[in-house]
Formats: sequence, C-alpha cells, structure tokens
Amino acid sequence: MIAVDTRVYRLGEFRSFDSAGARFLYLVPAGAIFAVDSTVGKLIECLAPGQLPHEQLVDTLAAGGLSIDDAEELIEEMYHAGVIFADGSTPEPPQKLPDVFPIQTLVMNLTNQCNLSCQYCYEFGEDKIATPEGKKKFMDIETAKASVDFLLGQSGDRRSIHITFFGGETLMNFPLLKQVVAYGNERAKEQERHIDFSLTTNATLLTPSIIEFLSEHRIGVTVSMDGPKEMHDHLRVFANGKGSYDIIEPKVRALIQNHRTRPITARVTLTSGVSNVIRIFRHLKQDLGFHEVGFAPVTTSPNQLYAINATGMDSVLDQFHTLADEYLEYALRGESHGFSNVSDTLAELCQGVNKSHPCGAGLGLLGVGPSGDLAPCHRFVDSDAHALGHISTGIDKEKQSDFLTRGHIDSKYDCHTCWARPLCAGGCHHEAFVRYGDTGHPNLHYCDWIRDWTETCLKVYGAIAAKNPEFLQQFAERKTAE
Amino acid sequence: MRHMRPLNKKAARIDNYVASRIEDVVGLQDRPAPNQRPHVPMGCTLMFSPGWEVDASGGTAGLCQPVERDIYDCYATCYWPAQVPDHMNDAPDWTAKCASATKDWRNLDLVFP
Repeated sequence: MIAVDTRVYRLGEFRSFDSAGARFLYLVPAGAIFAVDSTVGKLIECLAPGQLPHEQLVDTLAAGGLSIDDAEELIEEMYHAGVIFADGSTPEPPQKLPDVFPIQTLVMNLTNQCNLSCQYCYEFGEDKIATPEGKKKFMDIETAKASVDFLLGQSGDRRSIHITFFGGETLMNFPLLKQVVAYGNERAKEQERHIDFSLTTNATLLTPSIIEFLSEHRIGVTVSMDGPKEMHDHLRVFANGKGSYDIIEPKVRALIQNHRTRPITARVTLTSGVSNVIRIFRHLKQDLGFHEVGFAPVTTSPNQLYAINATGMDSVLDQFHTLADEYLEYALRGESHGFSNVSDTLAELCQGVNKSHPCGAGLGLLGVGPSGDLAPCHRFVDSDAHALGHISTGIDKEKQSDFLTRGHIDSKYDCHTCWARPLCAGGCHHEAFVRYGDTGHPNLHYCDWIRDWTETCLKVYGAIAAKNPEFLQQFAERKTAE
Repeated sequence: MRHMRPLNKKAARIDNYVASRIEDVVGLQDRPAPNQRPHVPMGCTLMFSPGWEVDASGGTAGLCQPVERDIYDCYATCYWPAQVPDHMNDAPDWTAKCASATKDWRNLDLVFP
C-alpha cells in the first residue's frame, strides 16, 4: 500500500461516453459501468496530459473550484474504484482457469446431412473444416444417450443444464430428437435437476405434429432465415438451386403461431448480396412475427464472393445503429423491440462480463458429432483436427488445454490495449481459424466494428439506466438461472 | 460513492469495495461489505452497564467514555483490585452525580490515578 501523500496518479483503463445528456464510465479491467458526475470529468481532465503527484492533483482540482476536502475525497474514491491508478497499482491479472470446469451446454449435431445447399455453409461450403468422410451421417440412440449421460456426469453441481440440437439439418433426425428429449427429461428428473432443450433448423421439414411436440416440450427454436424471398433465396437454396423461401414461409408462420411456450428466434447470415438489415428485420419481425431477430456477418475467408467487404460492413453497421436507436425508444417505453444483437449485448453489459475467452466453447459448452466425437462447439464438429476427445472416452484434457490456452485473452497480445476486450475477447474461435488458420488468433478484421458496436450498446445501456432502469431488470438474472 | 453511481453488477461490487475502504460509518440495513463487519455490539445489552459496550472491532478503544478501566458495574457491585475509580479508597464519590446509570451515565467522569 502506498501512503496517500506520496502517490503519483495516472488514469486507469476506462472508456468514457455520453448518453442521454449524462456522462458514464466503462471500467475496462472490471467490465463495470458507472454514471459519473462532473467532478469525475474534471479529475480525468487533470490527469489526461500525464501523471501528477497527490498534492499537485489536489491543488489542480482546488484551483478548478473544489474544496480541498472534496478533492481529497474524490481522489480517494476514484483511486479505490480503479478509475485512476497510482505508481505500481494495476488491476489484478485474470484468474487462472480452474482445473475442472463443469459443462452446462452440449450441442448435439444429430446429423451432418442437410437438405439445403446454402453456398456459404461453414459445414459444406468452400471454407469447411469438417472431415466427415467415413464417419456416421446420423447419430444413433446409443451415442445420443451416452451424450446425455456425459453431460449429466460432467456438469458438476449445476442444477440446470442445456442441450441444443443442431445439424446438418436438425429435423432430418427428428425421431432421435424425440428420444433424446424423453431420455434427458427422465435422467434429469432422477437427479432432481432441470434440463432444457433448444434447436436450430432451416424450417423446411417442420410439420404441425413437430411444432406441437416442440411447443409441448418447451423446446426453444431458432430458424436460420435470411429475410424476404429475394434475399433469402439468394444463397439458401436446395441442391438444384431452387430457393427455399416458398417452402419455409408457411411453416415458419405456423411455428410462430402454434409454438406458444418459448420465444421463436430468427438468425440471419449477412452476405455481400444480403445486407439490407432494416428490410430483413422488418420482414422477419413484423411480417412473419419472430420474437427476436439476430444478425451475424457470414464467416468466410475474405476472398469468397459472398464475403462482406469493409464498405458493406460499414453500411451494415449504419443500419444496426438505426435499429439500436429504435430499440432504445422501445426500451424507454418498456417494450420489447426484438433486435437481439442489442439485447444480447445489454445482457452481457448488465452482468459486467470480463471474458477470458470469447465464448464458452471447450469450456462450459461442447459439441458432439454424429459419431460421438467431441468438439469445442458445433462449428468444429466432425473436424479431426479440432476434436477434443470422444463421448465414450471423455474429454482429451491435453487438447482441451491447448485449445483454451490459445484462445485465452492473455495469449492475444493485440487485444491487450483494446477497451472492448471484456466482451469480445478476440472473437469467435471458428472465425479465427477460417480467417487466420489459428483458433487463438484475434479476429483483427472486425476490431473497428466491434468497438463501434460495443460503444453503441454502452450508450443504449446508459440511456436506459438513466431513464428507465426497470427495463434492465430482465437482464439481471443470468439466462440459465441456476 | 458520492461521485459515481453503479449501473451494472460489476459496478455494484466495486461500489461495495470502495465503501469498505473509505467509509467508516455504515448503516446495518445497507448490508456492509464483509471487511466492515461486525457492526453489532457484542457486549451484554440486556442491562445498562456503562463501560461494558464494545465498539465495532469488538474492543473498547473506540468508545468515548467510560473507558474500560472505569467500568461502572465493577465500581458499584463487583470490586476488583486494579480498577481505577476505587470506591473504597481513591474515588468514593465517583457515582455521586449518577443516581440512575441509564439517565446519568454522562456524569461518570474519567478518573486519573
């Protein structure tokens, strides 16, 4: 501990932003958000040119109109909060990963087969990393049951666990899905635990009885859909090149109308030809009635024709801003808007996350392929190079450790000076591999966009906190409550 | 904190931490941070006995008066040889102005041997 009067202060690491006429600080090492008064602004101004010893800082603040006592108190508060540092004081380094980390979510790729041939697909497209040759195309019941048992066994004392069904096209193996739901519920009940399910589908195979089953068992549904017909059919096509919109449109409407137990989400992949975000959002949210719509630019190597270039991404971001403004208007009225890119970020900001890794892949989440191979997540399933073991033999600790060490924020030197790292942590492991050939490489191609988007969401958060803080209550609880 | 208002969970934790470092008076209803506890009197509170109270640290150094050497109960009812207001020899009139301890305890002055 340094004696107060010999401290030499400098600014800590934070992002200062204004919103709704108020000033806020985002403390980077912590992920904390504060509304601050004007005296904090004065303190920051004093230290902006460089460091100052205690007495001199007090004098400068006093010259600016603060009493000596007030200046002392302000400095003490800011010092302990980590807004300003003194001499050797720096934030503690991130915690080391615990040796045993409970798994909470298992993504089960029920099949690696798909009835569509979307050109941008990361599983089958030009940039694919999967090596499914010679492996099972459909998961069998033994592997599925072993997967459920594996999840229950590896989830430690978590009372609530989650299974996401994935593909290929998930519904091509719907009979297995039904069996897994029954088996999972039975096993979880025996252990007095809660299990819940969700799935991602292209919606082509939905039927009234499937929808009824999904609703009855409270299975969350995400539909991969790219917007109105001309945009959706641009790349989401059958093997003969025919678009899939006309097939899925009535099925999606039926799903939204009849699945009443969970919100239905659309997940849009943005490409060079499909980047009219606002039009897509209006169609999916207002015309079709999805509860939430989320967007992500396609994962691709930069030379693919459908890759979005920098100009295209700027336009995407402009449209994101428009929807974020709209989201704020809704939030101030206490209404749900449905743009999940904002709500997902607000949820993380509310918790004050400070991530060691960009996501839970390989940590609290694993993917399992039809053959029982374990992978960091669904995007790596069936890739021999990225397998992390097998359902029958468990996690290969050495490979898992290698994956997590490379993906850790500590290993990503480019990120260490970035204020957006608590939320981004270098970005998707899979995207990094496709772009740079290394899952641990920071996704440098979208740093500016991430910072822009994070700042946008911080401003939305600040404005809501200032004007309608009750709205943020919904984010206060973690998605998985227990 | 006076100058910053916490807006998310992490900020609330920092707020608690800062309070524990710079604020020495807290309301019990505010759930003090762990390093500020205990903020409860630990002495006998069923009867009024000046000098038996303890301060927040469990000691008596933070009390104003009487100090531990002038414990009222020892003077009146339970003489022990080391106490300073010794009613038998040195301070026979120490409680002369204190007819009722609950009302008049302020009249118990410090006694210097």
